[in-house]
Amino acid sequence: METAPHYAKLYTKDLHLHYGPKHALKGISLDMKAYKVTALIGPSGCGKSTFLRSLNRMNDTIDNVNIKGSVFVDNVDIYHKKVDEVQLRKKVGMIFQKSNPFPKSIYDNVAYGPRIHGLRDKAKLDELVETSLRRAAIWDEVKDELKKSALALSGGQQQRLCIARALAVEPEVLLMDEPASALDPIATAKIEELIYELKTTYTIVIVTHNMQQAARVSDYTAFFYMGSVVEFDATERIFTSPKEKQTEDYVTGRFG
Amino acid sequence: MERHFEKELNNLKLTLEKMARLTQESLACATRALLEDDKTLAEKCFANERLINNLEIDIDHGVADFFALFQPVAIDLRFMLAIQKINNDMERIGDHCINIAQSAISVAAFQQKTGLMELPKMISVAQSMLHDACESFFTKNLQLARTVLETDDIIDEMNRANTREAIQLVKNDKTSIEMALEVLRISRNLERIGDLSTNVAEEVIFHVQARVVKHHADENKPRVNEEKRHEA
Repeated sequence: METAPHYAKLYTKDLHLHYGPKHALKGISLDMKAYKVTALIGPSGCGKSTFLRSLNRMNDTIDNVNIKGSVFVDNVDIYHKKVDEVQLRKKVGMIFQKSNPFPKSIYDNVAYGPRIHGLRDKAKLDELVETSLRRAAIWDEVKDELKKSALALSGGQQQRLCIARALAVEPEVLLMDEPASALDPIATAKIEELIYELKTTYTIVIVTHNMQQAARVSDYTAFFYMGSVVEFDATERIFTSPKEKQTEDYVTGRFG
Repeated sequence: MERHFEKELNNLKLTLEKMARLTQESLACATRALLEDDKTLAEKCFANERLINNLEIDIDHGVADFFALFQPVAIDLRFMLAIQKINNDMERIGDHCINIAQSAISVAAFQQKTGLMELPKMISVAQSMLHDACESFFTKNLQLARTVLETDDIIDEMNRANTREAIQLVKNDKTSIEMALEVLRISRNLERIGDLSTNVAEEVIFHVQARVVKHHADENKPRVNEEKRHEA
């Protein structure tokens, strides 16, 4: 089996993806380092969300998708036929743009994943729910009303609850698809602080349309354009001295 | 359509251009006041200083507003950082011109003007450096910026030569000490104008190429904070 560079928690090699005739990803090779935040930026339709979804095989469920190339997580090719998708998605969690809590209590939302994976012990579940809510920086706000419906929470709280729900199955990688784009500045700041805290424990890949957010939260940034990676570098380089003219034009708002 | 962002950027550039013109005019007035014994030119230099100071404050505010409102990145970020530093350099050059203009008034009262012989050449070099540094920024002319950097050694050597000459002047004639001190003062101020012009040229290279060349910094060496961040 091919081995990934030792520092890369995830890496892709010559990843191509077609939606029917549309060539959405054109040979992406990218390393995503462990315990770092990698931001994917680029104009709409550039392939960044498609790429993100490829990292835990979320594209598999879409008709007419054809994937070539490799995606490695901990040196294992996740598209290998022996890979269990459920276990993969436990290890590589996803946070979506729009918070999507289940119409259940706060507690049951967080306990849902562990229960599915077979955890029945009430004390252990209680502990896991509390730990997850604490890690998602929402425990203090909800600890006295865990039985309350998750739908009664504010947008920002719902998003942090969804992060807690993702953390409850003890993933190693978090994929975030514009996790704060529907939130106000205060809620956004909380999510960004949370991302900063979470990277000490998890490897994070985030798609964002917000340039300043990418600059604030990420260690590395990949600029996608028309299905290809134009430039990948340390975030401070991308935002102070990008090498490619296209990157410079995009981050300065001159195109895209 | 010109974006609001670019309009604001351009306004700042125009203000800096105005400041650069005034600074060059001040240097011309101060040095002509010296060489032509013309006090009115020295006064023009004093008047310019107030305008330069006002423009410095305008640019300070403009830059702060720009950062707050537009959060510039990449080439725009480097442009704003460069403008901020050049603004400061121009104001300092204005101060050095004032010093020269004050010396011009003092020198005008002296009977003997020995010791000024080498200054016209140095004035010419300082004027060229300042002009080329400003021009290179506004036209993004890297070649011109490099010429300024190379000229810095020449003006430094001229300053050293003037120092030697001033010492010799005093040794030969103790009564010329005041003249010698003025020569030293003028030479030192011209040399500082050369240094500040060099700073401007370094900012041009930073703005256009994202390379830090001051203090002979190795542009390939990772920045300290970047290294720390990625080791964490």
